[in-house]
Amino acid sequence: MSDAFPQTASAPLLQVSGLGKSFGGLRALDSIDLTIFPGEVVGLVGDNGAGKSTLVRCIAGVYVPDEGEIRVDGMPLGPHGPKRAAELGIEVVHQDLALVMHGDVAQNLYLNREIHSRLPLLRQIGWLDKAAMRAGAREILAQVGMGGLVSVRQRVRDLSGGQRQSIAIGRAVGWSRKIVFLDEPTAALGVRQTKHVLDLIGRLRDRGIVVVLISHNMEQVLTTCDRVVVLRLGRKVADEPISNLDGPTLVSYITGVRQSEP
Amino acid sequence: MTVRNLIAVGGRPSTTAPTLSPGGVNDRRSFRWTDLTVYIGFVLVFAFFALTTADKGFLTVQNATSIVTAVTPIALMAFGAVFVLTAGEIDLSIGSVVALSALVTALGLRHFGLVGGVVCGLAIGVGTGLLNGLLIVGLRVPSFLITLGTMQLFSGIAQMSTQLQDVPILNPTYNTLFGSGMVGPVSDAVVWLLAGFVVAQIAYRNLAFGWRVMATGSDRRSARALGINTRRVRVAVMLISSLTAALAGMIYAGEVQGAVYTLGSNDLLTVLAGVVIGGTSLFGGTGSIFGALLGAILMAMIVNGLVLMGATVQQQIVVQGIIIVVAVAVSQRQPAE
Ligand SMILES: Nc1ncnc2c1ncn2[C@@H]1O[C@H](COP(=O)(O)OP(=O)(O)O)[C@@H](O)[C@H]1O
Ligand SMILES: [Mg+2]
Repeated sequence: MSDAFPQTASAPLLQVSGLGKSFGGLRALDSIDLTIFPGEVVGLVGDNGAGKSTLVRCIAGVYVPDEGEIRVDGMPLGPHGPKRAAELGIEVVHQDLALVMHGDVAQNLYLNREIHSRLPLLRQIGWLDKAAMRAGAREILAQVGMGGLVSVRQRVRDLSGGQRQSIAIGRAVGWSRKIVFLDEPTAALGVRQTKHVLDLIGRLRDRGIVVVLISHNMEQVLTTCDRVVVLRLGRKVADEPISNLDGPTLVSYITGVRQSEP
Repeated sequence: MTVRNLIAVGGRPSTTAPTLSPGGVNDRRSFRWTDLTVYIGFVLVFAFFALTTADKGFLTVQNATSIVTAVTPIALMAFGAVFVLTAGEIDLSIGSVVALSALVTALGLRHFGLVGGVVCGLAIGVGTGLLNGLLIVGLRVPSFLITLGTMQLFSGIAQMSTQLQDVPILNPTYNTLFGSGMVGPVSDAVVWLLAGFVVAQIAYRNLAFGWRVMATGSDRRSARALGINTRRVRVAVMLISSLTAALAGMIYAGEVQGAVYTLGSNDLLTVLAGVVIGGTSLFGGTGSIFGALLGAILMAMIVNGLVLMGATVQQQIVVQGIIIVVAVAVSQRQPAE
């Protein structure tokens, strides 16, 4: 057992147990168990509607699950919303990007985690230090390969789809401490920017940050990840290291031809 | 978390891509001609009245003073409306809150004295604002519909409160503080106007609260995914709006040294027109406090000039209607479908 999963020696970073979530009569997630250890890059795949984004939204604190529990470093997430998840070290690039279109780039990178003035009285009333945030925003843009390409004062609605996606990735990566979820992060990106995101995942791993990558590109998943989790109709149908997997096998899990877990 | 921490956890910045100097991209917001609506309107209207009514005193200090006095209640409500519209809501009940707060303040002054009267007026602002806000988020009904109802509700209560009678205010201190006093050549309402402007501008542009309002009105779902309590923001903006309307009512009451249920009854459209001309979107996400100030002054200037020209009330209403249509056509046009 411990030969197959040598990571079990260390404590799990993320532990999801018995997670369930319904929308009306629709069972979007059904008793999902998922354990992720430090240092891993995990692929999360499945057909459209399989429940991938719902799972991510539960872990990010956006949705409150109907049943089950989520722990980060042993600490329960509880029904306390996205801010709590961020405090526990979870960052997410949502599939819909979760950007504020009328806001500028700096504002989007710092929304709800603003830098406040250093003067105590001003700090108390939430006075913003915009200059510091613009400087920080430029650093983040450089990290995602957009340094000098867009201004931190440009409004997000005036950016292209790929640029918007890079902003959303920058927000998650710039703040990442423990785990980053990327929900189809390269969907709107060109070849060069896609490569940049994959490089970024490598660098996150080097810094000891766990990455969970959701993608429909099987080759991308197999070359980037250590382990792949497959969802189908709200259930986990496979959870295997990539040494056990190839493209056709993955597709057979996704389509339900093959099933590894009862 | 400070920016230094952020960069530290972000690790080795600037090694990933050739970073141009900050001057490498234009660090200013993109410019749109519609941003200038209020300035162009301002110049045109001013020039028009300066040419046509100069002989009737449009350009005198005394006339400027009367414009500024008239503009204060409108501008205060306009500042509140900028927050409401930016958050993606609307408040149709402000005119009724004006009347209710004026009457309740007048009654409060009569029975409880100065402090009691002021507290009564502010309590109307807090009460009506909380009621509007909590109904909107609690019942999940658009603010347009809720405030359409409460507009009628507050107005009815105002009319019942004194059986349509007006209530004189005989408290000289109150009257001096709220619009009947003078600071140099102008009404002390100007102090309220300037204080309101500074507070609103800071809250809108410099406080985290302003960012939250903007995010809520621009993309509510995204704001929630980022952990912003959008319900609290929406209640807060309705509260701000009602408070500005209550204050406007108290200033009207101080100016005319009494309250009557018709106070504020024509203000809703004037306020919304001023705000919209000033560049605040009716669809949420963007706005301008300074633009609202100019828009409010513009509306007051139009009424003032028309009065000097000898226009009847009906003619004034016609001209205001035309101005509103032109203004929204210029500033609120939607992209072609
Ligand atoms: N907010 C919601 N309200 C209702 N149904 C939802 C909501 N979010 C997701 N769903 C449904 O849950 C199922 C799983 O969706 P999702 O997690 O987005 O799938 P995936 O990301 O794997 O494509 C789908 O059937 C979807 O329609
Ligand atoms: Mg999805």
